Amino acid sequence: MALLTFDTRHKPRQAYISMAALLLLMLVFPFVASQFGNSWVRIIDIALLYIMLALGLNIVVGFAGLLDLGYIAFFAVGAYLVGLFSSPQFAALLESLIYYSPAIGEALVAFFGPEIAQDGIHLSLWAIVPLAALCAALCGALLGAPTLKLRGDYLAIVTLGFGEIIRIFMNNLNDPINFTNGPQGINMIDPIRVFGVSLAGEPGSGANVMIGDYAMPSVNAYYFLFLAMVIATIFITGRLQHSRLGRAWVAIREDEIAAKAMGINTRNVKLLAFAMGASFGGVAGAMFGAFQGFVSPESFSLTESIAVLAMVVLGGIGHIPGVVLGGVLLAALPEVLRHVVDPLQQAVFGKVIIEAEVLRQLLYGLALVLIMLVRPAGLWPSPNKEERPNAALARDEEEASTA
Amino acid sequence: MMSTQTMSEQVLLNIAGVNKRFGGLQALTDVGIRIMQGQIYGLIGPNGAGKTTFFNVITGLYQPDSGTFELAGKPYSPSAPHDVAKAGIARTFQNIRLFGEMSALENVMVGRHVRTKQGVLGAILRHKAAREEEAAIRQRAQELLDFVGIGKFANRTAKFLSYGDQRRLEIARALATDPQLLALDEPAAGMNATEKLALRELLVKIKAEGRTVLLIEHDVKLMMGLCDRITVLEYGKQIAEGLPAEIQKNQAVIDAYLGGAH
Repeated sequence: MALLTFDTRHKPRQAYISMAALLLLMLVFPFVASQFGNSWVRIIDIALLYIMLALGLNIVVGFAGLLDLGYIAFFAVGAYLVGLFSSPQFAALLESLIYYSPAIGEALVAFFGPEIAQDGIHLSLWAIVPLAALCAALCGALLGAPTLKLRGDYLAIVTLGFGEIIRIFMNNLNDPINFTNGPQGINMIDPIRVFGVSLAGEPGSGANVMIGDYAMPSVNAYYFLFLAMVIATIFITGRLQHSRLGRAWVAIREDEIAAKAMGINTRNVKLLAFAMGASFGGVAGAMFGAFQGFVSPESFSLTESIAVLAMVVLGGIGHIPGVVLGGVLLAALPEVLRHVVDPLQQAVFGKVIIEAEVLRQLLYGLALVLIMLVRPAGLWPSPNKEERPNAALARDEEEASTA
Repeated sequence: MMSTQTMSEQVLLNIAGVNKRFGGLQALTDVGIRIMQGQIYGLIGPNGAGKTTFFNVITGLYQPDSGTFELAGKPYSPSAPHDVAKAGIARTFQNIRLFGEMSALENVMVGRHVRTKQGVLGAILRHKAAREEEAAIRQRAQELLDFVGIGKFANRTAKFLSYGDQRRLEIARALATDPQLLALDEPAAGMNATEKLALRELLVKIKAEGRTVLLIEHDVKLMMGLCDRITVLEYGKQIAEGLPAEIQKNQAVIDAYLGGAH
């Protein structure tokens, strides 16, 4: 990690060079990777969404110190929002409503008009993103409000329950009024369109996106969109961290009573942490729904919440570059293994002895245990956490004597 | 000196009739204090006398069963600690409560929270007003660190500071809220003689700035030389109030500390 530093405060030059180098690498990546098949880029697309999730969760867990085990619920809220408002699902909702209560149903059909009753609502990306952020933020505050007095294990249990509640809601909210289409999930979600260009490619183009005269695979187009969003997320969370608000979050994490005594309204500031964290989850969820074209409750299980939390903790809790690293490793590693394990065994043994899926889980668990044993503060923790007092003292005195 | 003379005529904190019960234990019975502007006011008493409970009631950490509360002539309600801090009372803690992972400077910067206002948008956009506010926070925090004498440790992680410096940092953090009343809960606890002397100098310096200080302390010698007035608590009751010289001669106080004939 010595080569890369993102400490713009103390080593601005090195930090900006690191950022530029990394950005260049990220920009070139899909063109190289797509030579070896689109699936590699697709893996990174999903990884980018997970990084966004991890960064959002980092606000709640890393900055404010509130252990949230139900974070994937906000991802679900975003995904289902795009499912409902950007697919034919809304037509199905109206249909079931007419069946359930003709008066209300007919009134709504009259209100929305026959087109929507036939095809559902198809909001554009620009409407969906703020809507997803807002809805998820609202859910975040809703989760935060009853848990304000809880900390640690107790908070973890409640948030875990909340995550499961949302998933079970999605599973069952198809009867009597069909909001979510139940376990079958919502299908045919519109692909994302940016300035009229569909990122899934126009029908019949073989999933090639035309930008002017230049064609690129759909996964590459999504890659750049998600990359832009991750960069925006890093920018926003970074600025939040080094602000009056970010300090208040960390103060609450470090000592809530002292934070109160210093005049921080811990209720509001905690709710804000929940809401801000959730909004990133919501946006990532909306992207996920549109990218997959399909959402179902299975994608939002407890395992996913734990996976996102593991990214934050393994990477370096509260430290943005660390969280990104954790996200890249944990989101991409299992997929990479899946691509490598079978061919490797074929080559070495001539047959597949251990299924990739089994080995994947095994290695994943092993990696978690190893990292926690060897680097308990995460792979790339905040620099000042490991600063030994003596080292700092020596440096201070050195500076004092040279000055 | 003229201004401090006239200022000292004004009542800064006026608290009367405070009762606080924990289940079967009457922790405070009809306790009240009156602190004049610019005073160092002492609160002493044997262990378990209710000093810290009283402190926690004043600063909003505990809810009193009854009592009237007035700061600078205006009633304030000690129902939430952050409101009390906003009203103008800042406190330190008996067992130091710093934000351990933050730097010394950041700790003091948190203290400015209540006097500043930039929110989410200011943080993200970092427009002119936000940048100026942030710079002002940083500058004021550094000034306060210098004032308490630990300016050179600004970037040190708070938990790595020495014990005495942690106490000083807590005072600087409390001062950052621009308090009308600085309330210190046993600031000299666990300090050696040299550290106590330095603390005493700091308190005199704070007083010289025209600030009012409420002080809980065990060290009677330190209190007698420092305080303008003293209240003595025992078993949650006020047993004496007056000038240090009067307190020293008060029979009830002597009995409370040395164990009188019952």
